Amino acid sequence: MTTVAARAVGTEADRVEGLEKVTGRARYAFEHPIEDMVYAAPVPSVVARGEVIAVDVAEALTFPGVIDVLWHGNAPKLERVGNAELHVLQSPRVAYRGQYIAVVIAKTLEEAREAALRVGVEYAVERHDVGLRADHPRLYRPERVNPDLPADVQQGDPDTALAAAPVTVDAVYRTPAEHNNPMEPHATVARWDAEGLTLYDSTQGATSLRDAVAPLFGIEPSSVRVIAPHVGGGFGAKGEPHPPVVLAALAARRTGRPVKLAVTRQQMFSVTGYRTPTIQRVRLGAHPDGHLTAIVHDAVEQSSTIHEFAEQTTTPTRIMYAAPNRRTTHRLVRLDVPTPSWMRAPGEAPGMFALESAMDELAAACGLDPIELRIRNEPEVDPETGLPFSSRNLVACLRDGARRFGWADRDPAPGVRRRGRLLIGTGVAASTYPVYRSACQATARAEPGGIFTVRIAAADIGTGARTVLTQIAADVLRVPLGRVRVAIGDSALPRASLAGGSSGTASWGTAVTRACEALRDELDRRGGTPSTGVTVSVDTTEENGEPSRFARHAFGAQFAEVGVDRDTGEARVRRLLGVFAVGRVLNPKTARSQFIGGMTMGLSMALLEESVLDREFGDYLNHDLAQYHVAACADVPAVEAYWVEESDPHLNPMGSKGIGEIGIVGTAAAVANAVHHATGIRVRDLPIRLDKLLT
Amino acid sequence: MNDDEDLSAPVTMEMRLSVNGIGYPITVDTRETLLDTLRERLDLTGAKKGCDHGQCGACTVLVDGRRVTSCLTLTVALDDREITTVEGLADGSVPHPLQTAFVRHDALQCGYCTPGQLCSAVGMLAEARAGWPSIVTADGGSVDARLDEAEIRERMSGNLCRCGAYVNIVAAIAEVAR
Amino acid sequence: MRPFVYRRPGDARTALAELAAEPGAMYLGGGTNLVDLMRLGVLAPRTLVDVTRACSDAIEVRPDGGLWIGAGVRNADLAAHPAVRRRYPMLAQALLSGASGQIRNMATVAGNLLQRTRCAYFQDPSKPCNKARPGTGCPARAGDHRNLAILGYSDFCVATHPSDMAVALTALGAVVHVEGAAGPYTVRMPGLHRLPGDEPERDTVLEPGDLIIAVEIPALPYAACSRYRKVRDRASFAFTVVSVAAAVDKSGGTIRDCRIALGGVAPVPWRAERAEAELRGAPIAEASFRRAADAELTAARPLTENGFKVALVRNVVVRALLDLVGVS
Repeated sequence: MTTVAARAVGTEADRVEGLEKVTGRARYAFEHPIEDMVYAAPVPSVVARGEVIAVDVAEALTFPGVIDVLWHGNAPKLERVGNAELHVLQSPRVAYRGQYIAVVIAKTLEEAREAALRVGVEYAVERHDVGLRADHPRLYRPERVNPDLPADVQQGDPDTALAAAPVTVDAVYRTPAEHNNPMEPHATVARWDAEGLTLYDSTQGATSLRDAVAPLFGIEPSSVRVIAPHVGGGFGAKGEPHPPVVLAALAARRTGRPVKLAVTRQQMFSVTGYRTPTIQRVRLGAHPDGHLTAIVHDAVEQSSTIHEFAEQTTTPTRIMYAAPNRRTTHRLVRLDVPTPSWMRAPGEAPGMFALESAMDELAAACGLDPIELRIRNEPEVDPETGLPFSSRNLVACLRDGARRFGWADRDPAPGVRRRGRLLIGTGVAASTYPVYRSACQATARAEPGGIFTVRIAAADIGTGARTVLTQIAADVLRVPLGRVRVAIGDSALPRASLAGGSSGTASWGTAVTRACEALRDELDRRGGTPSTGVTVSVDTTEENGEPSRFARHAFGAQFAEVGVDRDTGEARVRRLLGVFAVGRVLNPKTARSQFIGGMTMGLSMALLEESVLDREFGDYLNHDLAQYHVAACADVPAVEAYWVEESDPHLNPMGSKGIGEIGIVGTAAAVANAVHHATGIRVRDLPIRLDKLLT
Repeated sequence: MNDDEDLSAPVTMEMRLSVNGIGYPITVDTRETLLDTLRERLDLTGAKKGCDHGQCGACTVLVDGRRVTSCLTLTVALDDREITTVEGLADGSVPHPLQTAFVRHDALQCGYCTPGQLCSAVGMLAEARAGWPSIVTADGGSVDARLDEAEIRERMSGNLCRCGAYVNIVAAIAEVAR
Repeated sequence: MRPFVYRRPGDARTALAELAAEPGAMYLGGGTNLVDLMRLGVLAPRTLVDVTRACSDAIEVRPDGGLWIGAGVRNADLAAHPAVRRRYPMLAQALLSGASGQIRNMATVAGNLLQRTRCAYFQDPSKPCNKARPGTGCPARAGDHRNLAILGYSDFCVATHPSDMAVALTALGAVVHVEGAAGPYTVRMPGLHRLPGDEPERDTVLEPGDLIIAVEIPALPYAACSRYRKVRDRASFAFTVVSVAAAVDKSGGTIRDCRIALGGVAPVPWRAERAEAELRGAPIAEASFRRAADAELTAARPLTENGFKVALVRNVVVRALLDLVGVS
């Protein structure tokens, strides 16, 4: 295989679907017009644990426009699959408040919604337990944590080392439940016909959704088609399949008509996943010069009774810093709560809040600059596996960030910088995210007119994937961008992994590269494009299956400046600056958007976001965008993202690491460290709201 | 509750709804919001449903030139109003300068909040031209509504963007406001 | 949402008649709160009487400097009015602190005054709430109440009133002009809103069917020296945690007169009469302001999770007064 000089890759190409999106022409799931369609309105459980004894559908059925009401007593039967959350309307059991227990299908949206309010449900209520605590009697060690990692890892003798350490930090950090809240609520248009099931769905993976839905209905994946050309954000919430899409397909099956179902914003707090709350204890032992002797990071988190999702909270601690004695653990408790799932950098985001806050505390305890502390503990090889890093430029990020941010003349004393009524502080934290890659297929086709079409069931949920894949293809084919069309977002295209784990570009880009290489070779062999065109197919399973001899991770450094109002405790970020080492940056424009977007969500996590669990009722109480605060425009002043040159031949043909998630990792710790620098108050439980800073 | 059946019958009204210069004679359920009428009846899906409660701004459209959240606006009340949606911002095939600036500054990622951001920005710029203050202006005791970045941020805070494109959105709007 | 009949009368008397004629009818203003609550299932009117054509949307400046504001005036227009910005800066600031540009373009003055609490339990028909579903109980007391009341609540309800504008109007002693079944009458703020007592479902003293037609702000020259400070979790587009509207009339080194009202602390926009009394005639000094705040807060009875509001109110009142008198 030959390499080519990059022409499109590395340039600031505008988003190829930009014009469609700014003119309103881009169609999202709920917006695909289909003849004869009807609307579905789900009925959520209003108890957190128990059984549905009876569903009175009589009143709802008398409503004008109502076509049917489904519940477990009359719903079509589904096949069992691994995730019981998807066995929608199959059982009277209620595992959490908000679980879908019925659905109304009606001719109009207004009729469906009103009738759904009038479905009478009788429950046998059982006492629920929704309280996560570190001493919960039902805590257990999960077999593996997401995506497939050991729950506990120990090296050396951390307890003895901690006891002997001259300097120690021992602190408990808490992160709340957080909800992804993509701007587009989950939505599906489901249609059954002679060929099978078609789903227009808001999903991060057309292939994986197809493969998840087909067995539920006892049909082959080839009988299911998932179409998702545009997806209004996901951040993990549209990665794993959730109940609404199954409910839409059920309703369409039962009524024999195409059904539209949109999850309400309120319902998204129950049925589409969220970030588990965590209780994390971090213990660090160090010499007075800052060299770590022991790191122990223990996490407690929750899942639902219906499905285990075990988040990998402490796994970043396994690779961050050198220390001979180390232990990382995860303990889970199954509560009567909605099922948690992926949310942007699951594990890394909450885990690095704790670790990087603790490192800031250690720096203070040792009287060291927090950047210097991190540099002193930089490992030679992956501390967990002993493998060499394929590339690791954390130190370069810290140094470059320090220079750009103006860290050099920072006075470490907390609580002494005033500007008007504000206390000003700055903070730093490290960031990391692993390199994942999955096998994919792709085709590339040359048309006689000089146009090339690349097909792969990838997803663009706002990452810029469609654009970057176009750039990759253009360079391999050695043609201008304008001659390449990339078709994505449809399970009828060659199978692809989902947009998750910051693996999209690496996985899809590899397949696109190989397909375009094969096409180029084919065209060379034929001496040009035949009049009927020519198509080649590739599958990266074999290439992807080769185990790497390297530890592969992206790194970064996050800097924050905050101002805290002395009268009110209101903390606001004044600026954020991130420097990342992510291999080769394929499109600086869209990459920068990914970084600043992640950092903005990190700011939001630091200061605003908390899903409040109601103990009495067992649901997330603040279930809308007025009560669950995500950062608004006024919260987000200067956010700058940069990257260091990093050449890493051990990744993929593009030399790139994933960039979708690393931006959020470490941001909250940088902000919390800055708040400490501003006020002298160490906030160890997010979010950093004013009541925690009021003096 | 014996008259429930009667109460459940939809109430409909005939009206003419003018959107992007086109008059649509329609029969609406009084419960229909402008957002649902646009999206479900007129196939104008540019305006987005993000929360359905006026809390996100994705459904922002212009009614007689003023930005409003169409999810809280009843269609039946709009018989003599002119509605402009994102589909109506361009001048024929020439995109509105804000649309061009949004693409150039990458002021969008998933694109779902984008139509609302654009309609809101058009309305906001008109408000600023009319000399309307924001809390940033008013807190500063200023009567000059010069649109610096702090002003734009505050005035655009009714449009949430979960992808975190705010700094690019502000840059795009600032460029057009100049 | 339950089906409803929609009417849009052209004058207030017709509106009153239409409302009286239809059981379960409600007035519709900008719709920003009512449509929201109807979709949630909290309210289910059978008839909506749209009063945006029945009420004036004009603002008149009276010869004495007072204002007469039609009930249909949109929040955005009121905030932008030169007389409001110049003579009653606290009102402009309160309006501009509220909601978003879009919502301010829709919301009317009367609708803003009559908006319902944002207590999470009130907004969820599947849960008890004495205000929304009388007699069902108040789970906020034992549940989540970080942002609920510290003053004026009852065993039946601990909700707060959400309006920013109403806090400024309460400080200004605005007079609400109402068209009632027996004819027109007026209510002077803070008398419009009522404490929950054992009837939290009644937010105001208005009788069913009464229609606010205008809000009058009596002349208060020293209100040109006024300020509204809103504390909130999010930098914008968020309901208040605590807010203060304050105006001071300085004379030499003392406070001759003042107006103070608080938001986010009580079921009503809270006129801080004890603080005002403490401050009248007091020397201009931080200690006076602190004493005034403390005088008001002696009545505070914070709940388990909102004790921080006491310190917060004290700080914000003191700061707002210091800002007004120009002491840093």
